[in-house]
Amino acid sequence: MPTLLPIDVLLIAACAWLAIGLAGVLAPRNFFFISKVLFPLGAAVAVLAGLTSLSYLGGGPQTAVLAIGLPDLPFHLRLDNLTAVFVLLVGFASAGISVFAAGYFRKGEGTAPGLMCLQYHVFLASMQLVLLADDAYAFMVAWEVMALSSFFLVTTDHRHAEIRRAGYLYLLIAHVGAIAILLSFGVMTAGSGDYTFAGMRAQPHTPFWASVAWLLALFGFGAKAGLLPVHVWLPEAHPAAPSPVSAMMSGVMLKTAIYGLLRVSFDLVGTPLWWWGVAAMAVGLATALFGVLYSTVQSDMKRLLAYSSIENIGLLAVALGLTLIFHAYRMEALAALAMTALLYHCLAHAGFKSLLFLCTGSVLHATKERSLGKLGGLIHRMPWVAWLALAGVIASAGLPPLSGFVSEWLLLQAFLFSPGLPHAWLNMVVPVAAAVVALVAALAGFAMVKFYGIVFLGQMREEALKDAHDAGPWERAGLAWLGLLTLALGVLPTWVIGRIDAATTQLLGTGLSDKVREHGWWMLAPISPDRASYEPLIFLVTIVAAVLLGRQLVHRLYHGRTRRSPAWDCGYVFQGPRAQDTAEGFSQPIRRIFEPMFRMERHFPTLRDEKPYYSVKVEDHFWHGLYLPLARLVNGISALITGLQGGRIAIYLLYSFLTLILLLLVARP
Amino acid sequence: MDMSISGLLWQLLAIVLALALAPLLTGWVNQCRAWLQNRSAPPLLQPYYMLHKLFHKDVVLAHGASPLFGFAPYVVFGCMLLACAIIPVLSTDLPFAPSADTIALVGVFGLARIFISLAAMDIGTSFGTLGGRREMLVGFLAEPALLMVIFTMAMIAQSTSVATIVETLAHREFVIYPSLAFAGIAFTFVSFAENARVPVDNPATHLELTMIHEAMILEYSGRHLALIEWAASLKLYAYSCLGLALFFPWGIAQGDSFAGLLLAIPVVVAKLAIGGALLALIETLNAKVRIFRAPEFLGTAFLFAVLGLLVRLLLESRV
Repeated sequence: MPTLLPIDVLLIAACAWLAIGLAGVLAPRNFFFISKVLFPLGAAVAVLAGLTSLSYLGGGPQTAVLAIGLPDLPFHLRLDNLTAVFVLLVGFASAGISVFAAGYFRKGEGTAPGLMCLQYHVFLASMQLVLLADDAYAFMVAWEVMALSSFFLVTTDHRHAEIRRAGYLYLLIAHVGAIAILLSFGVMTAGSGDYTFAGMRAQPHTPFWASVAWLLALFGFGAKAGLLPVHVWLPEAHPAAPSPVSAMMSGVMLKTAIYGLLRVSFDLVGTPLWWWGVAAMAVGLATALFGVLYSTVQSDMKRLLAYSSIENIGLLAVALGLTLIFHAYRMEALAALAMTALLYHCLAHAGFKSLLFLCTGSVLHATKERSLGKLGGLIHRMPWVAWLALAGVIASAGLPPLSGFVSEWLLLQAFLFSPGLPHAWLNMVVPVAAAVVALVAALAGFAMVKFYGIVFLGQMREEALKDAHDAGPWERAGLAWLGLLTLALGVLPTWVIGRIDAATTQLLGTGLSDKVREHGWWMLAPISPDRASYEPLIFLVTIVAAVLLGRQLVHRLYHGRTRRSPAWDCGYVFQGPRAQDTAEGFSQPIRRIFEPMFRMERHFPTLRDEKPYYSVKVEDHFWHGLYLPLARLVNGISALITGLQGGRIAIYLLYSFLTLILLLLVARP
Repeated sequence: MDMSISGLLWQLLAIVLALALAPLLTGWVNQCRAWLQNRSAPPLLQPYYMLHKLFHKDVVLAHGASPLFGFAPYVVFGCMLLACAIIPVLSTDLPFAPSADTIALVGVFGLARIFISLAAMDIGTSFGTLGGRREMLVGFLAEPALLMVIFTMAMIAQSTSVATIVETLAHREFVIYPSLAFAGIAFTFVSFAENARVPVDNPATHLELTMIHEAMILEYSGRHLALIEWAASLKLYAYSCLGLALFFPWGIAQGDSFAGLLLAIPVVVAKLAIGGALLALIETLNAKVRIFRAPEFLGTAFLFAVLGLLVRLLLESRV
């Protein structure tokens, strides 16, 4: 009996997802079967895929050839450590999302449940295939299936015009990006006609063509990830999609683009040049700052999280840039540090951002409300969701002892080494970039306090919120799973780095795991304990101990008496919910300090208004400065071309004839 | 990690010392300020009396308070205690020292800030949310400046560990670093803002529209308020000790020799006394600025910190 290799298990998992999707279509009306059997089954498959790649990590590459598709053009598949890290991410994050989805989807909302089940599982399988693909053909097919299935998922509620518009924008930018990726692959084959990744690796590239390929890849994958200036689809598509889909897209799908960038930069295109790193870092810094500033001023909770995803993608691009710079100067140990920060942040972000998006889903179901201005006080009605969201918020703000802090810490440590670069200009500019990273991290805290404080704390801003109900058992289980991942990634960094190090070692030739293991599992000291160390477990234990012990001591030594009374609030009588900050009010300092960054339309009441009102609308500069002119340009050009379309068949035949003559003249053998 | 019994004992001593000295430092600053402002001064031990009184009082909890509200003071207190345990006050050789470097220390302060701001928003009063928003505003302006100060120090010492920085600056050959001057100014600015001191906030105010820290804790009473006040003292103590450790590290013992540690205690007390008096002097000489001038104040701090970093990179790295 042939042994079952990990790559076979992963392929079986992908097939299992497809089968689950098809089973959903076969019983499209059986809601119980789809939600309580098929989705949990999908989660089990995801856990299997995650565990398989976890046990594989550190192994050698495995390949497979699938003879499907066109004749003479089979799918080449390959499992290596980089793929395994991302399969791990897809598996573990989507397990929680699928379990949550089992309790989330309701009857009679948008797409029929069976069809939705098919789209969802095809989406999962296509992400798996994107990661496993080993030739441009298989990659592009999987990439397109991923884009299309997620497009259908985004437009689940297709009866609303704005959701259709969001879906259209997503599809458009996804395809512009896909063209760039295809061109990049084309450049990397260097005319050899060999579209396998092995063939691309073997091609020598001049610096010029390598740069062209890399820039095309940056643009193409950046369009999927949401890098500036091709980020505009993200804040539209994420709020439009149902929450499990938003979680899947933001937590998982964006990472496939990061995977693609890593695959091209460190595996396919040959030796990177130092200025690629500068370019990635510049784009990343701009994206991160832009994302976090816009996330602080949003009034829709899912848009706020979508902009926060843009910020995190920006930080990932900064880490990529730093890795490229170190790698280009052959400082592999430091490149490994930066790359570990990058991979770690991918995992951390997959956990906490999925968690937060799912929490918004529960809130949405309980209240039918997405606008921050109509929420508040939900911690009283939805304690499960509120406390788990708190974990996501702390991780997202990059604070110890949860997952977001570890990657931020590693990234800052990597920045601290940049003065050692053998380049007079770089070693001065790069440390200053760390200042921007610090600002972004601090602003993320502001955005997260706004999100949590306005949704879960304070008084309820609407009467209807009193009837809000907590999440059901399936939803709770999904949230708790992602919360546990966030905690585990925060507290056990040495163990996690020991696993993902295989990918770093594969791409850079050196890793961190030896140094990390030296000092015991509780201490993270990537270089040496004299240089920097962090023990998250001590953090957690000390704070928990201080809370418990402090409480015990105070209650024993003094007393634990508590009285309830109305709030004091300096004696002010009016204490209704409208006395609290609105979402717009909370972010007013940001709008004031960073005014030029926003395109604002404000209306102020005057003294003589019959019905005075105040409104502020914040819009994206890129939309008005770049996209609308571009759309007008395209419309103008196409208006010119419509002149060719006379509508008479004789004219079209003439065009064909002339084309034929021209081709005969030009293309003589 | 030195996990010997004596190491643990010294660690415990450092924590107890922090708990005991922190309210004293607050009392001392208040006393100096009263003298400078020609008022009759409260007793030095006033903060202890107040803590004692508050612990005895009942907690009066607003109707809308969630469990987070009662939980937050303990978390804030725990964070500050952890910070005090990490910062080398007496010795650089503490068992807890490797558990967090300076970057993680900034993270601890950030965690405390998030919890106090969230607790301020919990009841949903106008002043609570106002305070929470302003605290986060000050926080996101101060944190990058503080990180840049730390970057400058870390580049001098080739380490982000507080203990290594102190050892490098105190116990090796004496070199004057111009970048430290910039970093020192930035650090001073940041610690004024972070500790709700005069140019940014006024710890003695209850004038509603100007307050930040006081607005956040308006709804707290009894043991919760006591813990928050104690945590605020601990924060002032932690920042003072961090500043002293980074910029005036002389006198901090290396290793756990008994004599060295015993000598370190009076040195630390003397340094804190001088620092506290200076703090009171600066507070007396300045007026509180409008809240929208606070970004300018902290922007200056950020600029100084980046200047320090650039000076370090441009002028000193070739030395």
